[in-house]
Amino acid sequence: MNSYEHICPSLISFSQLNYQTFRNMALNQELQAVTEAFSGHGVDEKSLVTLLGKWDHQERETFRKNTPPFFTEDHERNFQRWDDHSVRLLKHEFVRFKNAVVLWTMHPWERDARLVKEALKKGPNAYGVLIEIACTRSSEELLGARKAYHSLFDHSIEEDVASHIHGIERKLLVALVSAYRYEGSKVKDDTAKSEAKTISNAIKNAQKKPIIEDDEAIRIFATRSKLHLQAIYKHYKEISGKNLDEDLSDLRFKQTVQCLCTPQIYFSKVLDGALKIDVHKNTKKDLTRVVVTRADIDMKEIKAEYQNLYGVSLTQKIEETAKGNYKDFLLTLVARKG
Amino acid sequence: MATLVAPNQISAAEDAQALRQAFKGWGADDKAIIAILGHRNVYQRQEIRKAYEELFQEDLIKRLESEISGDFERAMFRWMLEPADRDAVLANVAIRNGNKDYHAVAEIACVLSAEELLAVRRAYHNRYKRSLEEDVAAHTTGLHRQLLVGLVTSFRYEGDEINAKLAQTEANILHEAVQEKKGIYEEVIRILTTRSKTQLVATFNRYKDEHGISISKKLLDETSDDFQKTMHTAIRCINDHKKYYEKVLRNAIKKFGTDEDGLSRVIVTRAEKDLREIQELYYKRNSVHLEDAISKEISGDYKKFILTVLGKQD
Repeated sequence: MNSYEHICPSLISFSQLNYQTFRNMALNQELQAVTEAFSGHGVDEKSLVTLLGKWDHQERETFRKNTPPFFTEDHERNFQRWDDHSVRLLKHEFVRFKNAVVLWTMHPWERDARLVKEALKKGPNAYGVLIEIACTRSSEELLGARKAYHSLFDHSIEEDVASHIHGIERKLLVALVSAYRYEGSKVKDDTAKSEAKTISNAIKNAQKKPIIEDDEAIRIFATRSKLHLQAIYKHYKEISGKNLDEDLSDLRFKQTVQCLCTPQIYFSKVLDGALKIDVHKNTKKDLTRVVVTRADIDMKEIKAEYQNLYGVSLTQKIEETAKGNYKDFLLTLVARKG
Repeated sequence: MATLVAPNQISAAEDAQALRQAFKGWGADDKAIIAILGHRNVYQRQEIRKAYEELFQEDLIKRLESEISGDFERAMFRWMLEPADRDAVLANVAIRNGNKDYHAVAEIACVLSAEELLAVRRAYHNRYKRSLEEDVAAHTTGLHRQLLVGLVTSFRYEGDEINAKLAQTEANILHEAVQEKKGIYEEVIRILTTRSKTQLVATFNRYKDEHGISISKKLLDETSDDFQKTMHTAIRCINDHKKYYEKVLRNAIKKFGTDEDGLSRVIVTRAEKDLREIQELYYKRNSVHLEDAISKEISGDYKKFILTVLGKQD
């Protein structure tokens, strides 16, 4: 009981009100902070521990009443219940760090084999991962993934890709995962020039025959060495004035060209897409996959390209969007080797 | 089983010296060359190459090429290369020769194990600075390209598991293809170029059980274009490559068809693998011994070399 009560009752209730208001404001801030801790990529474990940990029964009830997406009010029986969907989403966020850890500790071959399997299960929206793995890995890395796939799933990658995919993209995708590209420095420039013309014609003809069904386009992109393809990319620009991937309307083909010719730009775009708030849960997974699979390979170049494209550092973007242990883990991976 | 007869231990240096001796003078002492190299296994031959290089600062193969000639030289050249390198060369020659020779590429792709085929692809990178698939693709078109590229880029699962239901489904697809429902060829290519060999054999057996005739026999009349021919070769190689090779030898000896190279190719590539069984199959099929049939058709040092590798003792 306040000792000033007898002097001025209104003053006392005012200060009580003030205290309540103050307490409410503080609680509001805490509510916001806890919601914040749940909203992003991963969860801010520390904040949850310090804030939630000290809330009493009343404060937790206020939390339940004031965070609509997470709880629904049962007016009839006068209690608030967790929304099932929100709990599932939360589970994904809590588990994001664990998934990153498991993926990071996995042998790269097993990692790629499992990513392929998962993509096949998920369906056409995930086939981009197949293209990513087939085109951004070295010949030996892709081969390793094929070996691991035998061991893990008792089938060959090409057999599963061919039997799961039935659309027009099958030809391209099977060819891409089967490639064992030459990786030396020898490139026949006049062949590259003439093949750039072939591609250019195929693009001009795309209305009549979609490029993903063009045998020559598939042959070139599924069998030529990466250096050769980069020469084609260069010659195409000389012929048409535009970048090859910009002129392609077929999304699979576009992605194929980007992964083979300008992988760091491709990865920067994927990262940026994943680092948005309120992004689809499958897109969110791109962040873990790209950081973990590129940390040892070309993260430095990806960071430079990201800065170039978006005017902000990748590190900063991760800092702003990810939370807790997951965030710290990603930042550590991204910062490695300068 | 191999037909090659080779001692367990050799001295690569001594052999290299002996070969050097054989090269001295006007003509090469072919008898001596055959007596040594015709009795050395693949590891020993590579040791001898190394020893020769160390002792005389010269590539033994290049020296052989300048000392001997004709069919003998060609057989010896292939005999002396490392198997993966040799198959890469065979594939490259076949691709450049085009139409009539693609079966050699299909043979390599379908008879070798997944790892062996991979070794060939690596050897191809090293020798030609391009990938095998890029050259195959650039020299073929349409369905034939799809099939052949699919075959050379396969990295088949090698387990023993058989999915009987799948064998049934895919045998039906093959059946429809044989009846020339054109649209189904892409499915046939998918099956032939991706399934494990065990699964494929089960599928072929299922086909035979259902339709009373093996699929390769059924395809015999249909082999009109390159695609059909290669499909036929692939199926036969996967199903029973020894039987396939017996036929290649039979045709080469009788000079049937255009595979003049078949004799040398089969003998050299299978001598250390399963030429003994192919020999037995030949006798069963033709009632005459392979060595005797060959002796009538070829002559000179080439004949001596082939017979030595076939296990003939002097």
